[in-house]
Amino acid sequence: MLAVVGKSTVEELFDDIPSDIRLKNGLALEPGKSEWEVYNHLRRLSERNRVDRISFLGGGAYDHIVPATVRHVLSKPEFATAYTPYQAEISQGILQAIFEYQTMMCMLTGLDVSNASLYDGASAVVEACSVGLQSNRRSNRILYSATLHPNVKRVLVTNYRGRGIELEEIPAIDGQTSLPATKELLSETTAAIVVQSPNYFGCLENFEGFAEEAHSRGALFVVSANPMSLALFRTPAEWGADVAVGDTQVFGFPANYGGPSAGYITAREEYLRKMPGRIVGQTVDRDGRRAFVLTLQAREQHIKRERATSNICTNQALVALGNAVYLATLGAEGLREVCSQSAVKAQYLHDRLAAELPVDDAFPRPFFNEFTIRLPTPSRNVIESMSRAGYLAGFCPADLDVGAVIDEHEAEGKDLLTIAVTEKRTREEIEGFVSAMKDALK
Amino acid sequence: MKDERPLLFETAREGRTGYRLPDSDVDMRVTATRGERALVRQSPLGLPSLSEVDVVRHYTNLAHDNYCIDLGFYPLGSCTMKYNPKVNEETARLPGFENLHPLQPEADAQGTLELMHDLIVRLCTITGMKWGTLQPFAGAQGEFTGMRLFRAYFDHRGEGERTKILVPDSAHGTNPASAHIAGFEVHEVKSDRRGMVSLESIREHLDERLAGIMLTNPNTLGLFEEDILEIAQAVHEAGGLLYYDGANLNAIMGKVRPGDMGFDVVHLNLHKTFSTPHGGGGPGSGPVLVNERLRRFLPIPDIQAVDGRFLLTNDRPDSIGRISGFYGNVGVLVRAYTYLLTMGADGLAAASERAVLNANYLRELLKKHYHLPFDALCKHEFVLSAAKLKEATGVSALDIAKRLLDYRIHPPTVYFPLIVPEAMMIEPTETESKEVLDGFVETMVEIAEEARKSPEKLHDAPSATSVRRLDEVLAAKKPVVAWRRPL
Repeated sequence: MLAVVGKSTVEELFDDIPSDIRLKNGLALEPGKSEWEVYNHLRRLSERNRVDRISFLGGGAYDHIVPATVRHVLSKPEFATAYTPYQAEISQGILQAIFEYQTMMCMLTGLDVSNASLYDGASAVVEACSVGLQSNRRSNRILYSATLHPNVKRVLVTNYRGRGIELEEIPAIDGQTSLPATKELLSETTAAIVVQSPNYFGCLENFEGFAEEAHSRGALFVVSANPMSLALFRTPAEWGADVAVGDTQVFGFPANYGGPSAGYITAREEYLRKMPGRIVGQTVDRDGRRAFVLTLQAREQHIKRERATSNICTNQALVALGNAVYLATLGAEGLREVCSQSAVKAQYLHDRLAAELPVDDAFPRPFFNEFTIRLPTPSRNVIESMSRAGYLAGFCPADLDVGAVIDEHEAEGKDLLTIAVTEKRTREEIEGFVSAMKDALK
Repeated sequence: MKDERPLLFETAREGRTGYRLPDSDVDMRVTATRGERALVRQSPLGLPSLSEVDVVRHYTNLAHDNYCIDLGFYPLGSCTMKYNPKVNEETARLPGFENLHPLQPEADAQGTLELMHDLIVRLCTITGMKWGTLQPFAGAQGEFTGMRLFRAYFDHRGEGERTKILVPDSAHGTNPASAHIAGFEVHEVKSDRRGMVSLESIREHLDERLAGIMLTNPNTLGLFEEDILEIAQAVHEAGGLLYYDGANLNAIMGKVRPGDMGFDVVHLNLHKTFSTPHGGGGPGSGPVLVNERLRRFLPIPDIQAVDGRFLLTNDRPDSIGRISGFYGNVGVLVRAYTYLLTMGADGLAAASERAVLNANYLRELLKKHYHLPFDALCKHEFVLSAAKLKEATGVSALDIAKRLLDYRIHPPTVYFPLIVPEAMMIEPTETESKEVLDGFVETMVEIAEEARKSPEKLHDAPSATSVRRLDEVLAAKKPVVAWRRPL
């Protein structure tokens, strides 16, 4: 091969690199190892993580049952080791699967159109705001609820700070975004109002009247929702939302220390051409046969370059595929069962704690699978002692920077505990949790 | 004519179910809404009802309609479609990694945090940088992160007027898009007759408004930017910074480092250079690495090692903030880390050597049959042009690409870079043997022959695939992006 190239050594292939910066002694890394050694090293590392406790921890990632079909399909190399389907004729598999994913996200949220996935729930909120900014050319403000996940707020700030876009927080009262405050903050330059339900504290919020207010000022109404909740609870479309977003880890993925997961974004039809990222569309081939293709590419970076409104290229296709397999396996009935078991078991734990222990509801709102209580002592101590008893008891919502949601006079929220329950938890585990907390509060 | 593949929704039958959940052992009559009827979903859910075997057959059939690197050659330029070692999948699926929750305390996450910390150290060693973040989910988000770092750096120095980013006309489309959405003004700089960025064109922009330049080196023509040291010096002297798009790092591992070339910020694509599977379009990972002067601006949380313990800290007052909702695609990081340990210093250098040898071998053999506009020693890829062939025969780069599908070969990247008409960008990677490369050359020669003898065969291609050429105009004109239940 070197002879064909007209070189006598491999080193000569790098003669175009200026010699003063050529590495003389290679990289300062150890030599390669065998598969078996590397696997064992990684196994030992993985064992330094603690994953043996019974989890009541949520806050954006939830411990649901994963059917065997999901892992099976994700392991297929035809999906796992393919690039983005630029060549549609040899990529009908992933294209059709994503088209079906898009359809199911529309069914769940009640909206008309979906893209092929985004990085995560936080980036989906950023992109939804961008749809709002494009839709109203005079707009330069984004209003978001105080009850949004604080990490999502931070990602919003990272994306919009210093770009001439104002970010303003809408106060919440008793775990519910305030409609009067929203009205007051809204102006003709508002691009979007972003709310979340179930919110960061687990509360289901009531958005009656929000969409009308937003629309009366030309702003988009964006609802972020845990998509699992949508099997039973009111959809973003039913609240009048223009765009729905959220995170799809709940559909078939372990927590994976936060990723890979994926963000979803669905919208009313009129916003289709303003959607970010890849979109799969239906078309026909030369024989008139139905087929699928990446479409509306004129929106995208490789065509529009610096005029593109989103830079997304690679996203989370394999996760979207896994979400679709999960939803197809469970079907409508299965998903409703997961949703209702999670809700009922969360309610059961909530009621047991209220009956047995000196704890109070932090907010008077209904909830789905996660709720926040106020403890008579800093929650950090309780979390630690429950951890020793074998439970991930939840998290203190004030550990992340939550702003003004929690009344500052009440120990700055250090006594709050947010607890999640899924269909995976048994009555025995829940009862065990209650007695462990009894011990923790002694 | 072959049959259409039914959609899940068309296969579904009421009453079927693919999964059994444990029976609930708590009283299911409780209502969760505390009587607030408005909170209940009104519309039917509509999800399909299928049995487990329905689901498995559906996806097995779909998989059958999908090409992938495990099936064959995938010389998709700038995408580095190398083989994905299977041990990477096994390590990523170790329960200790998979089941770790992002809100568990650091004490519970020592294994993953050590892995992440050590991965940053190693990526810095490979690139010659000082520290970094693993949060960006993909290369484009890495670019955006890098541009926010630029902004923070200049704002910190009171140089808010530096808003101009230079991007070569051969750059990846994500470069100008990322710079633009990060709030910069994009100025294109020309490539010269060698196919390299023109130093003259850069010099026109060296003023107090310059923020910096984004470069890929080797560039998208596969050529090493020979003037890189002069470019770096000129940009730095003008007060600007250099951004390295790491999409093409596979060409130079162990040979030269972006840090030594003078770059201030680097992003890598772990799903390209570091062998994590591309998943049909993600999940990827686009870590960003910086030199000392940009370190203080890196995203939070930062990972710290203190006395052998690993901690996450938000105590970085100058940070640009959070990029990811949690910590990025951690599962992808485990795969890349596995690859790095397996390869080691020798393996990584050998990968680059073979990738470059493979590319030059193909270049030499193919230039006899296709026009090679920039005929020089290349690195990991090179770009042919079908423009002359098109003039002579009417056969375009797209036709050639579609004909390759009939031969079960993934086509090169076509119509990119934009500076080459009818471009075909070929990146063989180190994965392929001489036999595979020779087979590809043979096929390409045959196609060139066909173009002259029976061009209609190429216009009609592909014919051996599950569908024939698609009507992309119809898809964009009358977009249907979700299935609707027939009325």
